[in-house]
Amino acid sequence: MKTRIRRRVKTRIRRRLSADAALLLVALTFVLPLAWVVLSSVDADANLRVKWPSQLTFGNFDDVLKPDVTFTPLLNSLILCGCATALTVGCAALAAYPLSRYRSRLNNPFLTTTLFATCLPITAVMVPVYALFVQVNLIDTMAGTIYFFAASQLPFAVWLMKNFMDGVPKELEEAAWTDGANTFQGLVRIVLPLMGPGVAVVTVYSFAMMWGNFFVPFMLLLSPDQMPASVSINDFFGNRGTVVYGQLAAFSIIYSTPVVLLYVLVSRRFGGGFALGGAVKG
Amino acid sequence: MALFLAGPIAYCAYIAFTDLQLTGQAESSFVGFDNFTAAFKDPAFLNAVWLTLVFTFLSSIVGQNTLGLALAALMQRASKPVRTITGAVVVTAWVLPEVVAGFLMYAFFRREGTLNAILDWLQLPHQNWLFTLPILAVSFANVWRGTAFSMLVYSAALAEIPTEVTESAQVDGANAWQRLWHITLPMIRRSIGTNLMLNTLQTLSVFGLIWVMTRGGPGNDSQTLPLFMYEQAFQKSMIGYGTAVALLLLVVGSLFSLVYMRLLRTED
Repeated sequence: MKTRIRRRVKTRIRRRLSADAALLLVALTFVLPLAWVVLSSVDADANLRVKWPSQLTFGNFDDVLKPDVTFTPLLNSLILCGCATALTVGCAALAAYPLSRYRSRLNNPFLTTTLFATCLPITAVMVPVYALFVQVNLIDTMAGTIYFFAASQLPFAVWLMKNFMDGVPKELEEAAWTDGANTFQGLVRIVLPLMGPGVAVVTVYSFAMMWGNFFVPFMLLLSPDQMPASVSINDFFGNRGTVVYGQLAAFSIIYSTPVVLLYVLVSRRFGGGFALGGAVKG
Repeated sequence: MALFLAGPIAYCAYIAFTDLQLTGQAESSFVGFDNFTAAFKDPAFLNAVWLTLVFTFLSSIVGQNTLGLALAALMQRASKPVRTITGAVVVTAWVLPEVVAGFLMYAFFRREGTLNAILDWLQLPHQNWLFTLPILAVSFANVWRGTAFSMLVYSAALAEIPTEVTESAQVDGANAWQRLWHITLPMIRRSIGTNLMLNTLQTLSVFGLIWVMTRGGPGNDSQTLPLFMYEQAFQKSMIGYGTAVALLLLVVGSLFSLVYMRLLRTED
């Protein structure tokens, strides 16, 4: 009996060790490209290989932290994504509220359409959107890009928002109504604060998606001074002669930091995976 | 939403049937199905379709899906620090902006890049990956970037399987493969379905990653449909034709989308 238990413990340990080894191997392959960007950013003569910096320096960051290289694109990104996120979250809240609270014959078709739209490849819409924007004079305007960003993110935001809103008990608003609040006040004062984590997830998710999006601003914006960071990073290639990999790496890090931080913040507070598990299940 | 999504789609459906061009032509005229027939006769288009299929199959169905499942399964057994480290690394790759991910993979696969350095070190023959096997390189890049999603989905799904079931199977003498095949996989069937669907849709519309790494080249060797569409519509200024391609892409996307909704419905 005892030997059997011991053997079992042994196999369990062996199994754990082999799982550990396999995972570490995968992690190593995944980490190599990340290591490149971190090490190169502080390397005085960075090239394309992962290597220990021959000379530790923050010169790359100094070179990159200039108005036209970093600050303007980042500011553009911030304006674009900030406005679009605000728009998305506002509209999503307004749209999710009736979907979550009132039974109507239109609910199901609407939700189905939303879900359907969530899945469409946005890339495919870009060419016609471009043609459309040319005709209505929205091309190369921040406003147009913001509208489109918001619209493209909205289906998923509505869907997420509705799922979170379903978790808020209806009685609380009814109490507010009897105290004389109207529907809108009920939404803004009672429901939204109560689903704070949900709103945070929708906000962060929308923001992160737009922050990283390359194709939309790449197509809809033309003038260099309006380019967000996702597109201006391209300038490190080609347009400025030889590529300075150290600077490219430094810029990549600066540009990625906000979304990574936001992600860490959200997953710390509200559980991992952006609470996407729930969203995926519907 | 109706204006900015449905509008373009309707407009898209319309100009796909015209010969609208960006330059040199004031009026567009209705050309019926010409754009579509032209597309299906165009070897570059067929090449793009083929590459899209390869790319989607390799990176989404084989790569992200299988690797995600394997990681999730291994994580159940592994010790906590290893689990945390691996999870963090894989998720970081996912959170990074698309363009940055593209650059990192570009650096990884270049002739002077890290991959070849490793191969040299292992004394294996190296080659110029982005030139000789671009579609493989971009597929790998997409796996690198997208696996985290599958991993999260499958981790959630595996956590829901009651341990008694697997343990009783183990007592009955089922080995690891048998347990995987007869118990685990059937129990997470739906997650597999939804995950495959979302991965495929995601992969279908990848643009930035490939654009940064290879621009669809060399030649057309990594030109998937989104890149083909972009080239036709903007570099060659044939908006009508590009839109026809976009419409086809959209139709494929909608089909997947419908299947996905079916899957969700059976879940309720």
